[in-house]
Amino acid sequence: MNEIFGVPLPAMMSQLLLGLVNGSFYAMLSLGLAVIFGLLNVINFSHGALYMMGAFLAWMGIEYFHLNYWIMLVLAPLVVGLFGVIIERTMLRWLYQLDHLYGLLLTFGITLMVEGVFRSFYGVSGQPFSVPEQLSGATDLGFMLLPNYRGWVVLASLVVCLSTWFVIEKTKLGSYLRAGTENPKLVEAFGVNVPLMVTLTYGFGVALAGFAGVLAAPVIQVQPLMGQNLIIVVFAVVVIGGMGSILGSILTGLGLGVIEGLTKVFYPEFSSTVVFLVMVVVLLLRPAGLFGKEK
Amino acid sequence: MNKIGYGIALLIALAAPVLGGYPPFLSKLLCFALFACAFNLLIGYTGLLSFGHAAFFGMAGYAAGNALKVWGWPMELGILFGVAVAAVLGLVMGALAIRRQGIYFAMITLALAQMVYFAALRAGEWTGGEDGLQGVPRGKLLGLIDLGNDLTLYYLVLAIAIGGFALIVRIVHSPFGQVLKAIKENEPRAISLGYDVDKYKLLAFVLSASLAGLAGAVNTLVQGFETLTDVHWTMSGLVILMTLVGGMGTLAGPVLGAMLIIALENKLGDLGLFMASVTHIEWFNTLGEAVNMVTGFIFVACVLLFRRGIIGEIIARFAGNTKPA
Repeated sequence: MNEIFGVPLPAMMSQLLLGLVNGSFYAMLSLGLAVIFGLLNVINFSHGALYMMGAFLAWMGIEYFHLNYWIMLVLAPLVVGLFGVIIERTMLRWLYQLDHLYGLLLTFGITLMVEGVFRSFYGVSGQPFSVPEQLSGATDLGFMLLPNYRGWVVLASLVVCLSTWFVIEKTKLGSYLRAGTENPKLVEAFGVNVPLMVTLTYGFGVALAGFAGVLAAPVIQVQPLMGQNLIIVVFAVVVIGGMGSILGSILTGLGLGVIEGLTKVFYPEFSSTVVFLVMVVVLLLRPAGLFGKEK
Repeated sequence: MNKIGYGIALLIALAAPVLGGYPPFLSKLLCFALFACAFNLLIGYTGLLSFGHAAFFGMAGYAAGNALKVWGWPMELGILFGVAVAAVLGLVMGALAIRRQGIYFAMITLALAQMVYFAALRAGEWTGGEDGLQGVPRGKLLGLIDLGNDLTLYYLVLAIAIGGFALIVRIVHSPFGQVLKAIKENEPRAISLGYDVDKYKLLAFVLSASLAGLAGAVNTLVQGFETLTDVHWTMSGLVILMTLVGGMGTLAGPVLGAMLIIALENKLGDLGLFMASVTHIEWFNTLGEAVNMVTGFIFVACVLLFRRGIIGEIIARFAGNTKPA
């Protein structure tokens, strides 16, 4: 058993792992989008730009302030989250009464601005970002060589995604959040500070994007446009999975990453479009999405 | 009032080249004005936000470019072929996208258009890949009038743009257009009144895609080339911005918006140099490269401060309505 359908097993496994790594990013980003959409009814277009910002902040922290990767892994998402809180307080807040489309358009404009600012300082070439030394090297699993950092990305994102799921579905705080999603007015009447909850939710959602950005920095080139194509793929992921279920977003993200990885092995020319093709099939067979309930 | 406005606009358009406007630039303005009007048919009159209109604009451009350059078709057929390709693409994308509502609709059109973009990137022999399709000939109108002259071409483009605009006005004021407005205002109610909403949405989508295709095909004729820029999602964003700035759901708004945004894109570099010389802030010198940042800023400002757009705001003032939208 050294080959599957004529493809050598190690090559296949490494593509699968790459797929899982990408899937982890899809999962974290679509989870953030789903959490934000649930409470704010806003599709956050700037998610990709904030993911880029997370990666860049990590790079800047290491480059200019000589901080290490682990500090930036905590610090960068916090800064991105704070930036999100400012966006929500100063801009998004005024759009809740309007058609949802305006939220999308506003965050689209923010995307162009954020990317433009980074571009005007750093151009479009990638910045070097090395793997932290604790995670460099690879582990021999017998059937394949596992680069430690990639294993760490999958593990870290799984832990973050599952903790998010746990907090939202199983804790008191999460129950407020879910109640706020269903009926914000009623929750407010019970004395919960809903506007604050909304602000923090947005901050948390974009902090997830920032966290994903820091994780991605050593494996993907850190450059101002790194979030551009990603966000469109993540939108397709969200359409496929539907935004009704937290666990659904995580599973869809990981699953599509794996499918993309496998496509790279068998039909490399389709690897950039396979997620969109899956979206088309899902729209034809199950228009509401795999885990979706239409709002 | 409307008639006077149209008359003045027509006079300006006819006289623009004489008054010192550079005909190819004016032609480009007209193409984008038509593109924005086509887009507005969806967002302004049906309430559907398409984030993928670059696909129609760009693919029609490639189709027309190939027909004219590679296959040597007459100019008229080449343009029509571009429109036909956009219409078919619109039918496919529309049929898929209308299966979901609201915000999902926007995401689906964006994703499908991205697929079209990747296809255009890959189909190098057809699109020229990163280099684009260069050297598209202008040909002759009806086989007689040579379009090599910029001024002649401008008046042809003007005629086409007016034709497209008249068609949109006709659609908006037709019974069909009224149903579209009903769908925009209250979709469940339109359904309960017995309208096959999906059919109306799809037809509106195809019409909008075809007209966007017309604009794209003519734009290729004017420029003499077609590149990936026109299929990229930033172009979809740009046409949204044009419509938003001018006024969604107004007839003249997208025309004005397109002119302002295209002019801004072209003159931003000059503006930056001027600002730098006045304020002595070095940064302004690079403003020309920061087009995206400026468009992003205008987006944010429009969404937050004047959602009706310029024309929409004027109409609201005349109606005595000064509350923000």
